[in-house]
Amino acid sequence: MAEVKEAVEVKKEREPLFSKKNRKLITDPLDDSNPITVQVLGICSALAITVKLYPALVMSISVLFVLGAGNVIISLMRNYIPNRIRIIVQLVVVASLVILVDQVLKAYVYDVSKELSVFVGLIITNCIIMGRFEAFALGNGPWKSFLDGVGNAFGYAWILLAVAFFRELLGSGQLFGVQVIPESWYLSNGGFYSDNGLMLLPPMALITVGIIIWVQRSRNKELIEDN
Amino acid sequence: MQELINIFVKSIFVENMIFAYFLGMCSYLAVSKKVSTGVGLGAAVIFVLGITVPVNYLLENYVLKEGALSWLGPQFAEVDLSFLSFIMFIAVIASMVQLVEMIVEKFAPALYSALGIFLPLIAVNCSILGGSLFMQERNYNSIGEATVFGLGSGVGWFLAIVAIAAIREKIRYSNIPAPLRGLGITFIVTGLMGIAFMAFMGIKL
Repeated sequence: MAEVKEAVEVKKEREPLFSKKNRKLITDPLDDSNPITVQVLGICSALAITVKLYPALVMSISVLFVLGAGNVIISLMRNYIPNRIRIIVQLVVVASLVILVDQVLKAYVYDVSKELSVFVGLIITNCIIMGRFEAFALGNGPWKSFLDGVGNAFGYAWILLAVAFFRELLGSGQLFGVQVIPESWYLSNGGFYSDNGLMLLPPMALITVGIIIWVQRSRNKELIEDN
Repeated sequence: MQELINIFVKSIFVENMIFAYFLGMCSYLAVSKKVSTGVGLGAAVIFVLGITVPVNYLLENYVLKEGALSWLGPQFAEVDLSFLSFIMFIAVIASMVQLVEMIVEKFAPALYSALGIFLPLIAVNCSILGGSLFMQERNYNSIGEATVFGLGSGVGWFLAIVAIAAIREKIRYSNIPAPLRGLGITFIVTGLMGIAFMAFMGIKL
């Protein structure tokens, strides 16, 4: 009898890698529980580096790496971390991963690393990462934690890229540094168009995110707050 | 002396942590529903920034920087540990926050009950680590300058969170489009405040 029971249990544990529940871990953070617009985590870096698309992309990839790897590491260690010092343990794991990212960026894309300046270091205190460690990785297995990390990083990335898209397009008429608005449109060349310099300044990042939240919540009524 | 006052004013208004660099936005948005909690968190940030920035300054200049270890002997003059700065800074911040929490609890129970729940939150507040990283990037000349910079950034953060909390208390009675309520309008109001703060950018100090 005992053997049969065990066999059943083993069967139950082996759910497919991309079962419905696991897929939800990736798709949920893209909209319903987006880390930036719904959970309000990790705003700091999201706003400061979105003047251009390229740094925003580099930042997204860095966060994707740190969050995916960190979630797996924490999840593997979750049964050995004493509860009282878990914050320090988490900080050490994140800090080591961020040092890795920082050194790689300095070695291969030095210009971007200069442009991101302190914000690479600030991935350490990016609330998304600590938030996911606390809320998910400490209570779930490695594979699920990995999916959750990747999902949240993608949720973070698309907001970042959306904000950067509008700011670079409207602010300097470029995308990834390539001129998109035809030169002949500009006032200086006898056209009618001129770039909106305000988009490049910090406050417009906040207002752009505000508008994205507005659009998202008018589509998804469940997210509307009471006041 | 004048240099110190310049750094202080500059870090409050011109290089405001929130409006110019967006540091500490997470707690800024989450804890700004009431003025009283905003004041509590703001005070805790001033306190912790005023302590951690000078401590990290000492660490940076006597341990981590290239050649900083030369006080140990000439053979250490070429050691460069600056790649360790993130992990050292965050360790200092986390332990300082813990230490400050214990000291305040022991010697100033009234202050502890006012700041209590906010202190642990601060270890992961970006503005604290941001303060130390800016200190490293800008190469302040003395520990005095670093301390003043830390305190000034804290005061700037305090002003920002108290202002937004006051606005949010008022805005509750306004008729805002439903999808914009709560988070959305807070973002936009912060953006408008940032535009107002940009007026300080022209000041040359």
